[in-house]
Amino acid sequence: MEPGLRTYVLKRVGFAVLMLVGVSIILFTIMRLAPGGPEAVLIGGEFSQEAAAQIRQRLGLDRPLALQYLGWAGAALRGDLGRSFKTGDPVAALILDRLGPTVQLTFGALALALVVAVPLGVLAAVRRGTIWDTLGSAVALFGVSFPSFWLGIMLILLFSEVFHWLPPSGLSEYGREADLSARVRHAILPTLTLGLIQMASFMRFTRSSLLEVLRQDYVRTARAKGLGGGRVVWRHALRNALIPVVTVVGLSLPTLVGGAVLTETVFAWPGIGRLAVGAVFERDYPVIMGVNLMVATVVISANLLTDLAYCVIDPRISYR
Amino acid sequence: MPARPQRPSVARRFARHRRGLVGGVVVAVMLVAGSLAPVLAPQSYSAQSLLNRLKPPSATHWLGTDGFGRDVLSRVIWGSRVSLEIGLVATTLALVVGTAVGSVAGYFGGATDTAIMRAADVFLSVPALFLILIVVALFGASLANTALVIALVTWAPVGRIVRSECLSLRNRDFVHAAAALGAGHARILGRHLLVNALPIVIVQASLLLGQTILIESGLSYLGLGAQPPLPSWGNMVVEGRQFLASAWWIATFPGLAIFVTVLGFNLFGDGLRDASDPTLRGHSP
Repeated sequence: MEPGLRTYVLKRVGFAVLMLVGVSIILFTIMRLAPGGPEAVLIGGEFSQEAAAQIRQRLGLDRPLALQYLGWAGAALRGDLGRSFKTGDPVAALILDRLGPTVQLTFGALALALVVAVPLGVLAAVRRGTIWDTLGSAVALFGVSFPSFWLGIMLILLFSEVFHWLPPSGLSEYGREADLSARVRHAILPTLTLGLIQMASFMRFTRSSLLEVLRQDYVRTARAKGLGGGRVVWRHALRNALIPVVTVVGLSLPTLVGGAVLTETVFAWPGIGRLAVGAVFERDYPVIMGVNLMVATVVISANLLTDLAYCVIDPRISYR
Repeated sequence: MPARPQRPSVARRFARHRRGLVGGVVVAVMLVAGSLAPVLAPQSYSAQSLLNRLKPPSATHWLGTDGFGRDVLSRVIWGSRVSLEIGLVATTLALVVGTAVGSVAGYFGGATDTAIMRAADVFLSVPALFLILIVVALFGASLANTALVIALVTWAPVGRIVRSECLSLRNRDFVHAAAALGAGHARILGRHLLVNALPIVIVQASLLLGQTILIESGLSYLGLGAQPPLPSWGNMVVEGRQFLASAWWIATFPGLAIFVTVLGFNLFGDGLRDASDPTLRGHSP
């Protein structure tokens, strides 16, 4: 590795770690500053000041904020995310339990979005001004205008209530959890919902990036050499046009995970998003912190990796 | 000196932009509906009638009635208020912060720029909905809280765009000329950079309004928006969810209202962008 590149990588990794610490401090502070605490939810109904104080002491909420944070961060560094206030289960176990469905949903949606958006973006750019271009902009426009939860409900209305083709909610049928075909049938509507929303930005970027590349000299050279149109687009132009698209995929993770929160709620999908929503309503601080720490880690690492991949792939990008 | 954007010609170009015009009309209709809700709504948003529960769309109830026998059309009209109010307040806040921060970063450059843009990176890498969810759930779903936190997660993209615009403007001759004539930083920023960056900010405002309305409706859907019986499009969709099999209209129409409004703001924003700078046509951010 060149020294310049090494410094750059170290700097970026260091900054990613700093960001993670920053995010966790912000979240921790916001939660502890909020009026009312978990005691109200845990006891329910009327309760005395003493009872509340007792619970706060048991949960360690009576200590100074900085100490609480340091305690939490120290444990988190050792892989211990604490225990849920509500159920007493280890937070790490709760998250691991819910991780599979969310990973399946988000990756399925990402794959679906890319499979549709990239070819459509290419068609829209190559056949500029034709019906493909119009179709492409319609997809892009609708994708950024649809409320994802409503799209999900409309799909349920159509495919579950009217046609009875697909199940409206859940991961699988009771007792058939191991049955692959049941799981696939349950996954179709949520994946479609999240994927359709995500398509818009991928398609926009593929189109504009390819249009940019098609104007470059080397594309003209390739054409002048007598290469066919399809070959020029697929072999020469698209490879370069996809570089910015990779970045957009990396940057889209926050929206994808955010979209998963709503999609999981609509489809009663037992993933991280629903875990987070439940924990927020119940003021289950350790679970909220755990989920957010995990999501932030994934998002920040993905951005870091895209940045690094970028400067390895494209020698023109200077790293300073 | 580059010519200021010429107003008549921008207006004329916009008038020829069909999709932009459609968006403008939709936006106008929604704004009128929201502000004149008490006059326009055929019935009160909370008037219940148990005899008229779950009635399909008809001549008396154009969009049908909900589980309490309330008129869905009236509730959709009233619901536009919550969406538009939060959308407008949040967008204004995000624009003010984003423009101020972005122009300072772009104009001064160097360490100021780096520090500000790194802060923006932090906000761009937290899943926005998570942060909003936490703040709204813990601090309460008042209009001010919701608008404030939506602005908190949406200022960063505005800041980035304004920054890059100011970055390219600050080395132009007219800026150097102003500096040579003794104009201070504040005057150059306010009179020269921001005025020229204004078209981009206006376009962003329209696109951002659509986004903030989507975020608000998502929060309402999760139960963190306007509290019943006050209607918001998001909480109407939730209420309609349980009647999906028997009364499709309850969830369908408020959702359609969200979609059409957001689409309107997006079309309007695209039209404005194309009209203010024809070279950007088709280059979406």
